[in-house]
Amino acid sequence: MYDFELLTATSLNEAVTALQNEETQALAGGQTLIPTMKQRLASPERLVSLTRIKALQGVTVTAKEVVIGAATRHADVAVQAAACFPALADLAGHIGDPAVRNRGTIGGSLANNDPAACYPAAVLACGAVIETNLRRIAAEDYFDGMFGTALDDGELITAVRFPIPEIAHYEKFVQPASRFALVGVFVARFDGVVRVAVTGASQMGVFRWAEAEAALSNEFAPVAIDNLAIDPAELIADAHAAQTYRAHLVAVMTKRAVTAAHR
Amino acid sequence: MLQLNMTVNGQPVSGQAEGRTLLVQFLRDELGLTGTHIGCDTSQCGACIVHINGDAVKACTMFAAEAAGAKVNTIEGQANADGSLNRIQQAFQDNHGLQCGFCTPGMVMSATALLRHTPKPDESTIRTYLEGNICRCTGYHNIIKAVLAASEQDAFAQNPR
Repeated sequence: MYDFELLTATSLNEAVTALQNEETQALAGGQTLIPTMKQRLASPERLVSLTRIKALQGVTVTAKEVVIGAATRHADVAVQAAACFPALADLAGHIGDPAVRNRGTIGGSLANNDPAACYPAAVLACGAVIETNLRRIAAEDYFDGMFGTALDDGELITAVRFPIPEIAHYEKFVQPASRFALVGVFVARFDGVVRVAVTGASQMGVFRWAEAEAALSNEFAPVAIDNLAIDPAELIADAHAAQTYRAHLVAVMTKRAVTAAHR
Repeated sequence: MLQLNMTVNGQPVSGQAEGRTLLVQFLRDELGLTGTHIGCDTSQCGACIVHINGDAVKACTMFAAEAAGAKVNTIEGQANADGSLNRIQQAFQDNHGLQCGFCTPGMVMSATALLRHTPKPDESTIRTYLEGNICRCTGYHNIIKAVLAASEQDAFAQNPR
């Protein structure tokens, strides 16, 4: 590993102050950033570790929403959100592998916005709000293409507010080597209105499938999307799946998510 | 250089590290605990799994400084007090759950974490939990049998494939 400076913040203020320096990057669980640095795909001069900031950790539940601190690990979301929002807990409990889930955090996942990450699908399908040290960002305004977000330099995610849907489910087709989503679909219904968000499939990152949302809002059953298809032209093609295969998987995963959706 | 203090296998230890020093390098090079292996160095294989405050983590994907003050457990701390193999280690030996042995420290540490919160896992649970541990020798069958045996379940009753 190349040489760099590692700071450990114990308060949000300390972290935000450190991030004023443009050569400084935030380090959350490190499950993406550390491998990326080893490969020299990123080479920040200074890291500020966020994992000791207690104020960024934990799951808070109210009647209508779940608020998850940005530095809450996937393993903790899987346990602490299980009663109030089982679909989200289930998603968190299937990211990577157990050891990765004991380090990786929701804030880290959303700040990185990997086009095959799981959390972006939940955030977009639920219309969650990303809270930062500066503002609140609606899910629709947050994701900005592959690895792109609305975050400014030095801006730090502090929490994610999820409205709790009536019913929901996340279904992913796992790429077996990386355990990222080859295609993942999060389906959520709020007051009869269905939202469908797709990860892993598009060159533009996570997206909503509007036609499926309309059809499923009309009739919440797999058969409702029988005649719908995703245009493969802008989907990802790689060694694991061609565009047409990913398009096929989007429909299959959506149907499975609808079938499995529950409170 | 940073001066790091932590508790490793129940003993307070102190050592020097740079910010960039990975936990696995600190354990191996500074403390001489070479049982924790570096397999892929890309957090795929799980040969470097240790426990931090009871949680299994990949020591190649965590900086040593992030473990300052923590309770770290490695494969060196797993044997019984008299030096004999513990229940899980003995089950790996009894069931031929290893061949070359390179992945074994990580497998044992993962299995230990699994059995702590799921004392009687079924075969599917074990396979899923060991997703982040790669073995190139055994084909996994005997590792699954070993974990079933360590949890005092009859490996053959569940008929592992």
